Amino acid sequence: MSMINYASREINCKLVYYGPGLGGKTTNLEHVYTKVSPDTRGKMVSLATETERTLFFDFLPVDLGTVRGFKTRFHLYTVPGQVYYNASRKLILKGVDGVVFVADSQIERMEANIESMQNLYDNMAQYGYDLTKIPFVVQYNKRDLPNAAPIKDLQHALNPGWPLDNPAKQRLVVDPYHPGDYLIHEVDGTWIERAPYFESVAVSGEGVFDTLKAIAKIVLKTLS
Amino acid sequence: MTGAGTWSLGESDHQRITEQLSGLLRESSARCALLVDRTGQLLASAGEQLRFDSAAFASLTAADFSANDQLAKMIGEPEFASLFHQGEKESMYLADVGRRVILVVLFDERTTVGLVRLRVKQAVHDLAKVFEELFARYASGAPDQRRPLLEGAEDEIDKLFGD
Repeated sequence: MSMINYASREINCKLVYYGPGLGGKTTNLEHVYTKVSPDTRGKMVSLATETERTLFFDFLPVDLGTVRGFKTRFHLYTVPGQVYYNASRKLILKGVDGVVFVADSQIERMEANIESMQNLYDNMAQYGYDLTKIPFVVQYNKRDLPNAAPIKDLQHALNPGWPLDNPAKQRLVVDPYHPGDYLIHEVDGTWIERAPYFESVAVSGEGVFDTLKAIAKIVLKTLS
Repeated sequence: MTGAGTWSLGESDHQRITEQLSGLLRESSARCALLVDRTGQLLASAGEQLRFDSAAFASLTAADFSANDQLAKMIGEPEFASLFHQGEKESMYLADVGRRVILVVLFDERTTVGLVRLRVKQAVHDLAKVFEELFARYASGAPDQRRPLLEGAEDEIDKLFGD
């Protein structure tokens, strides 16, 4: 739930990085933490086990600049990816303004990705949130690994799109990040919308900021 | 509802809230008081200058409260309306305000948990009224409601992200 604080002149938004265990959610935040100037970010908090597996969440506040004289402050959260921690995972989604699904590109993790995506839909629905109507992007991480599945297969399994019933939105929209692809297009008489996607190698930082900027921009545009 | 929605805290509401927090501190002899929303954002604070990262503190407060809410449900309680964390020197008392925000009071040996609890009870009652009014204004779409802050700001947003 984004909050505009007129007293501190801040727009606060909550972004959640979701996805299967060991997919790279925490690594995304760690990269942002190391690359952003200390003036524009806060402390990174990690509630993790002794083996550095996320137990509850990681948290990192980042300022991404000023719009209309208001500081845009994004609170980045990760959830614990392991199936076992669903109760705490669900709590983190409360009041979310935008979701990044971090998928593990490795072929062996396809089933874990699908299960986590289904779990995301279910947990969002329990709060009454509709994932097809809130800012949402998909990040395919670990693209550098030799066993990474082709993007086409990942898109087919994890981001096939949803039917777009609103006639006002039924117009061709090119994917600005992947020329030749569409975010909204018509297939066999049905208009389909898909979430924007990004390829990444979070350990080296590749694609991390592209993903963050994209989701932050979509969130701010929903306020405009 | 398709998403979490937006709300804003105006300067006059912020001032009212801060005054109430200051009043609570005077009456309870506590060190400082913070208001945090359920999603983990700091709304206001009063009292001694915070010596820690307030954003991190706010996110942990919300998580603490949410986790305890779930524990309450597991044992058959609808909620724990307040939580008390006792330290050797510093302690904190957290209380729910109208299921929307959390009041956090930090105090030391200059006061007692009994006095803090007593004063917090009244403060929660007064703050709940402020937030009820604030959200009722939103729900009714009152004519004085501000136009969306970022209306027409698409170009500025594009520029911010280098497009």
